Amino acid sequence: MFEQSSYSEQYTFFQKLRSFDFVLIFCVLCLGIISNFSMYSTDGGEFLYHSKSHFIRFVTFFSMMIFLSFFNLRFWHSTAYLFYTITLGFLIWASMYGVTASGSQRWINLYFINLQPSELMKIAIIVCFARYFHREQMSNINSFKNIILSMAILLLPILLVVSQPDLGTSILIAISGVIVLWLAGFNIKYFIYSGLTLIISLPFVISMLKPYQKQRVLTFFNPDRDPLGAGYQIIQSKIAVGSGGLTGKGFLKGTQSYLEFLPEKHTDFIFTLFSEEHGFIGSVILLILYGILIFRILNIGSHSRSFFGKLFCYGFGSAIFVYVAVNMSMVLGLLPIVGSPLPIMSYGGSSMLATMIGLSIVMSTKIHSKQIIH
Amino acid sequence: MFDGGDSNVRKFNTVNRRVFILKIAKGIIFTGIVARLFSLQITENKKYLTLSDKNRLREWRLPPVRGEFEDYFGNVVAGNTKVYQLHVVPEQVEDFKYLMVRLKNILSLSDKQFSKIVKKKKQQKPWETLIISESLTWDQFSKVNFYLHELSGAKPVLSVARSYPYKANYTHVLGYVAQASESDLLENEEIKNKHVPGLRVGKTGLEKTFENSLIGTNSVKRYEVNAFGKRINQVDFKEGEKGQKVKLTIDTEIQKLCNELLAEKSGSISVMDIFTGEIVAMHSSPSFDPNLFMYGISYKDWDLIRKNPLKPLINKTISGLYSPGSTIKPIVALSALENDVISTKFKVNCTGKMEMYGQTYHCWKKKGHGIVDLRDAIKQSCDTYFYEMSRRLGVDRLNITAKRFGLGNTVFKNLYTEEKKGLVPSTKWKKNALGKGWVLGETLITGIGQGYIQTTPLQLCLMTAQLANGGFKIFPRITVDKNQESLEKIKYKMKESLKITNENSSSLIRSAEEIFYKGEKEYNKLFRNQENIKFVLEAMSASTNEVRGTSYRSRIDDPKYKFAGKTGTAQVKKITKLQRELDLDTAQIPYEERDHAWYVAFGPYKDPRYALCVLVEHGGSGSATAAPLAKKLMKKIIDRHEEREKIRKNNLVDI
Repeated sequence: MFEQSSYSEQYTFFQKLRSFDFVLIFCVLCLGIISNFSMYSTDGGEFLYHSKSHFIRFVTFFSMMIFLSFFNLRFWHSTAYLFYTITLGFLIWASMYGVTASGSQRWINLYFINLQPSELMKIAIIVCFARYFHREQMSNINSFKNIILSMAILLLPILLVVSQPDLGTSILIAISGVIVLWLAGFNIKYFIYSGLTLIISLPFVISMLKPYQKQRVLTFFNPDRDPLGAGYQIIQSKIAVGSGGLTGKGFLKGTQSYLEFLPEKHTDFIFTLFSEEHGFIGSVILLILYGILIFRILNIGSHSRSFFGKLFCYGFGSAIFVYVAVNMSMVLGLLPIVGSPLPIMSYGGSSMLATMIGLSIVMSTKIHSKQIIH
Repeated sequence: MFDGGDSNVRKFNTVNRRVFILKIAKGIIFTGIVARLFSLQITENKKYLTLSDKNRLREWRLPPVRGEFEDYFGNVVAGNTKVYQLHVVPEQVEDFKYLMVRLKNILSLSDKQFSKIVKKKKQQKPWETLIISESLTWDQFSKVNFYLHELSGAKPVLSVARSYPYKANYTHVLGYVAQASESDLLENEEIKNKHVPGLRVGKTGLEKTFENSLIGTNSVKRYEVNAFGKRINQVDFKEGEKGQKVKLTIDTEIQKLCNELLAEKSGSISVMDIFTGEIVAMHSSPSFDPNLFMYGISYKDWDLIRKNPLKPLINKTISGLYSPGSTIKPIVALSALENDVISTKFKVNCTGKMEMYGQTYHCWKKKGHGIVDLRDAIKQSCDTYFYEMSRRLGVDRLNITAKRFGLGNTVFKNLYTEEKKGLVPSTKWKKNALGKGWVLGETLITGIGQGYIQTTPLQLCLMTAQLANGGFKIFPRITVDKNQESLEKIKYKMKESLKITNENSSSLIRSAEEIFYKGEKEYNKLFRNQENIKFVLEAMSASTNEVRGTSYRSRIDDPKYKFAGKTGTAQVKKITKLQRELDLDTAQIPYEERDHAWYVAFGPYKDPRYALCVLVEHGGSGSATAAPLAKKLMKKIIDRHEEREKIRKNNLVDI
């Protein structure tokens, strides 16, 4: 064991650089460029506040990702619980002293950045579970202690995020956590049981929802119920996408966004804007880019010899998929509107930071794929 | 791998297997998203493109420019002037109170105006345009535009308003325009289609009748707007068409004279071409200035008009009903001659009164006219002679003749909604309407134009015209119609009708209604023997131009202007015995009880062309009050004749 680990430390800088996954980097760069152009378009074809800060963030966090990629996977393994604990601490901090904006206390002021810890938690939960199940014996995985503990790890942040309130992010955390748990080898019957429990308790949950959340769920089922209120976003988004047609209205020519019919076009509805301007062809290309990205992440996972790296890549790849699928389904009117950014594309520093950290762990896994961690 | 052994292999296998399942699931979900994209962007693209355009494009309809009215000589009598207005849609204003306070300062509105606007706002729906001001001065308008960025929701609008350059002269002929009401929109599809806030439509008169051709079409501006309704840029401008021009047959000069003649009086004057039926002038007094309505009339002005006892709102020429008095005598005489009841030689001894069935019927001349024949009876308007003649004629035969000459029916077909039919009584009518039998005494007073008989001034004008043209049916009109028949053709047709009906006199039996409602314009003769018409006309001339004629004092000897007429003095109240003995002057009687003064005339006598009718309400006797006005009017009409003929001939060339 010791020999193995000392072997891995023999990687030189250039060796590491050579084993970078360039397809992954290419996809991320493409998405980054597209996102910057889209942001430029949301600013009405000018290099203004949103496009500027998005550009700076992308460049900063992308460089950070490259830098972090050189870290040994063992570093992530050893700091996994710490990462989780710090993020959890941030969440508690946010719930107590957080910055409130648009009725929700999600951000903490770190002076140089307003951090949204719930976004970091999306990654932290995966890292934490990957570490937790790394050493666990297959026969032990479904033990009572494991179930209770992992439930606690998962539910604690979810409850904190729900109370902010931020339904969208908590659902995404829950989904990615559950996927990791399932991948780790949890018996399928637990998911079925808890799924049933959830369905039975759904009426109680709904009754506990905030009025605006209830409104959103109801509006999803019938957007025309309130076309100027809660249904407005879905209707306008569908109009924007639908009017894009095959080739789109052209760069900077999306009337729906340019004339401000599109709500939240910088963040959750960035795909709508892209789709309006670049049409079906552009949207499919974007979808393919995300597909390749996810496929590469899963592929890196399958080549990893450490269970930590493997589980993280699988979990992270699936999480990215969930974010993309939920966001797109949402703006296309297939799911209710819940706050869920599109990774890399959407405006938002914390989301970008979390995605880049995740990608750097994936990259590290790729570089250290032969390594086995104890 | 080294220490995990079997368990680790199983663990790796499990996770790999499960990821494989996940990959398939992801593939399916991505395919689903692509399918959704396809359905939105390819299949339903058209629908969403339309929705997107609907989102971003807004049409602004501007008020159409209303067609003008011109008189016979091409002078504009109802035109348009530019006005600057300020509109606000309360629904689109964030802070209505703030906006109003700002506007109050900028426009320096009085507290009263301010509270009126606020009251108006409460009465209408929030999405309806609130007109803050109908007419801003240029100063106010530029001030509003200067501060516009602070006045979100206020819309300065350049609009057009109706103006009537001849003020009170055309009020009753044209009617007036005012803001379209809900009922206007419901009744008229055309108005509904072209409606914009503040649109003015005809409310009465010709403005209402010709609404659909006057209204014109809207100009349309298309703008691209953002989600907040703010205009970003103009995409398209489609200029609307101005409404069609309507040309009247009226001569403004004569119309103005009518207004002057009736100044301070209540009454009506109408002038008609006896062949073409063109209304040369038509005025009702007192009138008012319709321009007062342009910017919304003040309560004070409106009260003055509404409560005026002389009733300026009523178009007396066509909707005032009066006893015709002696002006009906030519028709009574004609009817008697046509029905061979009497001959022109028939004589009656007038002693000033006539006893019948215990009732006394008085002649206007207390001492009586002595022995008079028909010519003298018309000339001196001897009531006794007409009592005797009507007794022999009977009311039903009189009814037929009177109706044939245009009494008891509207003069225009559907031109004025307010036009009245009047009433020519008959035994049958009384039985149906009042359920009582006809009394002979009623025939006598009908014969001097009193009792049940009711006519409008224009009907009497038409009656006179149809006598003066030799006894032919004519079709009065007030607008110049491209398809109208020329004077020459009308005269020819009249001659033709003379030939045909001489051979076949059955047309005489045709009822007046039948002739009236016949679609085709046949200038039928209205008599059996034209000599009778000629006799009556000659007697009317005697009444004006011979000594002892009732309007001798108003004659004109110059053959160019010489005219013939008939006075009328219609009682509005039964004269009591006491009053008869007192024999008071007009001035001594209370206004409401004074007689109506009538005068009907035609001229020039040697070759008649125009007929007129003057009514002065409560003006006293026809010869003293109405005939002198007619004299001045006739002179003017004949002076203007040549000018009018020039235009008529030009029009012929145009056609």
